[in-house]
Amino acid sequence: MELFGIFFAAFLINNILLIRFLALCSFFGVSTKLSTSVGMSSAVIFVMTISSAVSWVIYHAVLFPFHLEFLRTAVFILTIASLVQLEELYLKKMLPALYRAMGIYLPLITTNCAILAVAFLAIDYRFGFLQSLIYSLGVSSGYSLAIILFAYIRERMLLAPIPKWFQGYPIAFITAAFMSLAFLGFTNMFNL
Amino acid sequence: MSLKNDLTLGLLKENPVLRLMIGLCPVLAVSNNAINALGMSLAVAFVLILSNFVVAAIRKVVPDDIRIPIFIIVISTFVTIIDYTMQAFTPELYAALGVFVPLIVVNCIILGRAEAFAYRAPVLNSVLDGVGMSLGFGLALVTIGVVRELLGSGSLFGWQLFNGAAAATIMILPPGAFITIGLLMAGLNKLENKVL
Repeated sequence: MELFGIFFAAFLINNILLIRFLALCSFFGVSTKLSTSVGMSSAVIFVMTISSAVSWVIYHAVLFPFHLEFLRTAVFILTIASLVQLEELYLKKMLPALYRAMGIYLPLITTNCAILAVAFLAIDYRFGFLQSLIYSLGVSSGYSLAIILFAYIRERMLLAPIPKWFQGYPIAFITAAFMSLAFLGFTNMFNL
Repeated sequence: MSLKNDLTLGLLKENPVLRLMIGLCPVLAVSNNAINALGMSLAVAFVLILSNFVVAAIRKVVPDDIRIPIFIIVISTFVTIIDYTMQAFTPELYAALGVFVPLIVVNCIILGRAEAFAYRAPVLNSVLDGVGMSLGFGLALVTIGVVRELLGSGSLFGWQLFNGAAAATIMILPPGAFITIGLLMAGLNKLENKVL
């Protein structure tokens, strides 16, 4: 039940894109086409789950026992950057079909602030290993839900008559505002 | 001439937030009141100016192949310094900004300026570029913060101007951030169309 709560709080109530405002560069950058947003989502789910597990282990097995907490910013970002490289190599060799689907999005993920934020938040919330794994799954599923819905809307919007100075980013922001309004409705669901 | 140009580029013409669309996350997340917005701008300015300074100073000894990890270490050093300083001296602000202080390390503006400008320019130009970009970032962030705080809680930098019950709470909630920045960009587009 507790794990269920953690998952849904991360998935809907504190949606990483629309309520927490993380990873917005990718939210506006790759959501112009449905196919790119699906590719990006699968890459985020994959990388976020692995990197949050690895950074949890590094923090609790190395940094915390040796009182090196002040190094966490530098250590986490370097861990994530090198992990992404390793995952890219592994996918290329072992699962070429999956690599073709998400390959070009992997390098972009290093600068996706949601990945680093989840590593920090899992420590700030004092999650155990399983909890932080479920938490990162919830966050990345929420990311996918929001960005795929947003891509659907933006594809439709291409046909809409939009005033000239609202075209492009301004209307995308207004659309995101209404989506965020809808997600705000999940607050207080499950009394979390 | 060139020095002045380096300083003013970030203000409007290449404003990182409103023109280049980078470093958006903190702009939306911490702009629910003007004080948070100002605090975040100062933290980013500290990291951006100093990391531009250091990157420009060491640019001749950094091997080209591993420059990005080196930039990241330089940036994360300054982020850790500001992180602990704010935790010690401004605990309230630190609590309000939350995870966004350590996340300055992945703010695209900082790595972007290190790679695109400071790695190729002398120290003085790089510092001025850092100052200009920080001002541009701060300008956008504080403007949004002022608008949201005024409309959402009826106050300005904490001073109550009118009854908070009459304010539109939606403006300090997440949707208000998206609406404000969307309208601001549309207004800027219209203004530019008129001028040109």
